[in-house]
Amino acid sequence: MAETILVKGNEAIAMGAIAAGCRYYFGYPITPQNDIPEYMSRHLPEVGGVFIQAESEIASVNMMLGACATGARAMTSSSSPGISLKQEGISYLCGSQIPGVIVNMSRSGPGLGGISPSQGDYFQATRGGGHGDYRTIVLAPHSVQENYDLTMKAFDLADKYRNPVMILGDSLLGQMKEPLVKRKYRKREFEKDWALTGAAGREKRLLKSLYLSEGELTEHNWMLHRKYRKMKREIMFETQYIEDAALVVVGFGSVARILKSAVFMAREKGMKIGLFRPITLFPFPSAALEKVAQKVKNFMALELNTGQMVEDLKLAVGTAGVQVDFYGRPPGSIPSPDELFREIRKIYKKRIG
Amino acid sequence: MKQIFKRPESLIDVPFHFCPGCHHGIIHRLVAECIDAYGLREKTVGVASVGCSVFLYDYFDVDVVEAPHGRAAAVATGVKRALPGHFVFTYQGDGDLAAIGTAEIIHAANRGEHITVIFVNNTVFGMTGGQMAPTTMIDQETTTTTLGRNPASNGFPIKVAEVLKELPGSTFVARVAVNSPKNLMRAKKVLKRAFEVQLNGEGFSLVEFLSACPTNWKMSPEQASLRVQDEMIPYFPLGVFKEGDA
Repeated sequence: MAETILVKGNEAIAMGAIAAGCRYYFGYPITPQNDIPEYMSRHLPEVGGVFIQAESEIASVNMMLGACATGARAMTSSSSPGISLKQEGISYLCGSQIPGVIVNMSRSGPGLGGISPSQGDYFQATRGGGHGDYRTIVLAPHSVQENYDLTMKAFDLADKYRNPVMILGDSLLGQMKEPLVKRKYRKREFEKDWALTGAAGREKRLLKSLYLSEGELTEHNWMLHRKYRKMKREIMFETQYIEDAALVVVGFGSVARILKSAVFMAREKGMKIGLFRPITLFPFPSAALEKVAQKVKNFMALELNTGQMVEDLKLAVGTAGVQVDFYGRPPGSIPSPDELFREIRKIYKKRIG
Repeated sequence: MKQIFKRPESLIDVPFHFCPGCHHGIIHRLVAECIDAYGLREKTVGVASVGCSVFLYDYFDVDVVEAPHGRAAAVATGVKRALPGHFVFTYQGDGDLAAIGTAEIIHAANRGEHITVIFVNNTVFGMTGGQMAPTTMIDQETTTTTLGRNPASNGFPIKVAEVLKELPGSTFVARVAVNSPKNLMRAKKVLKRAFEVQLNGEGFSLVEFLSACPTNWKMSPEQASLRVQDEMIPYFPLGVFKEGDA
């Protein structure tokens, strides 16, 4: 049986990465994710890996680009302002089709903001984030166990699609401790016929994003687009009490944890509330929500921002006759289950009675 | 008949796109000759940077990854750490290395990364059309210093080799030119030593090449080579600034 340990969320991410074969980590200190580089600095050398504390976020994402270009599994992590700095590199990773895993244990902005839990980076994460028309797969864990499991999965998805994968959490998910079942990583082999290993007995290989010939870049972008569409087969989500729901509340990551308590309270009081939790933020589970909307006509998005994921929800269920409400909490404080329950009850009374 | 001169094997048989009189072609050839000399073609990963030299992947018959502008030394760090037995080099211009990539080159050198950096200093942003570079000479006219570089507002031309030699992490730092047969022969010797520093596991090596950009200097190839001699070398002296352990 797999070992169960009590562990901090950030450390679970680092453990998941090492379990999945990540042997190179590059990072720069920023709160609230410092447990990740600290864990990596201690444990990567034990498995023959390399830890580098880089001079900047920009350098760390580019070191990861270099390591991943050889076919190795590598990771970088940071928090919001640092992720902004990494966006140039993420754009190059996508354009050059180099995999890699980027962790954003986001903090609150704009600017230096604060270190409290926030979901203000949803747009940045799901819309590409840097320059150019590209996407990264975005995974949103909501527990320490998922931090571990989804990090392992992130490496597989990155290799499968030759594309960077982002894990989007926040300080709540990074700093809390929960029991973790250290599941064994089931190794999957990915053929890396693109990796730079020296042109011995084969044609030379090239990883680049510059395409200047007539029509070349257009074709390259269409090819990337087809790849992003294929990613839909990776969509993950969780539902609770959907079957008889009159109102479905939608939230991801840290807020989904609080929502689960709020929905339980509502059910105890006989309110027909269901929960839909997207686990992949890109690709967004639009088709699944659309299916729910065939029966349920009232949705409510709850986020730790002033309204970002709600736009994807509206795009998914925005057919005639479907009502989408929103409750947002900008960073600075975390809503309690009671508070969320009261907000949900308000909407429930207004829409259902 | 014995063949005594030929194209290096690690250089693909296609014409360079470089302007007439540009020194990139010569420097490319020197790098390829060294790759051949040490039998490295099959265990080399090159890191291309942003600027005129980005197309090195069209010329070198080796694996290449293209780095974002200024980030070549960071990318090379990742490549070399993952492939410690391979030969890893970057090829960067002065805009790339000495402006936007200053942090990356200083820290790669100071970590003592086992990479070899080919740094091409032609005192101008070449590919973007001749704007001021950090290496632009005092009073030099560029498209963004039309009255000449004025140190009061534009600062001074940066001496990269002299800066990097001061770092405890760097092993071999030199400056060469290819504007005359004599300088060229010397440059080849210095470059070979820079390769050896990596191959012997001694550490970080960088060779700064003074290079002509006749197009953006608005000079003939001949005038441009003379400018390297008469204006650049007095300010950017040639030599090996840090020898390593050898």
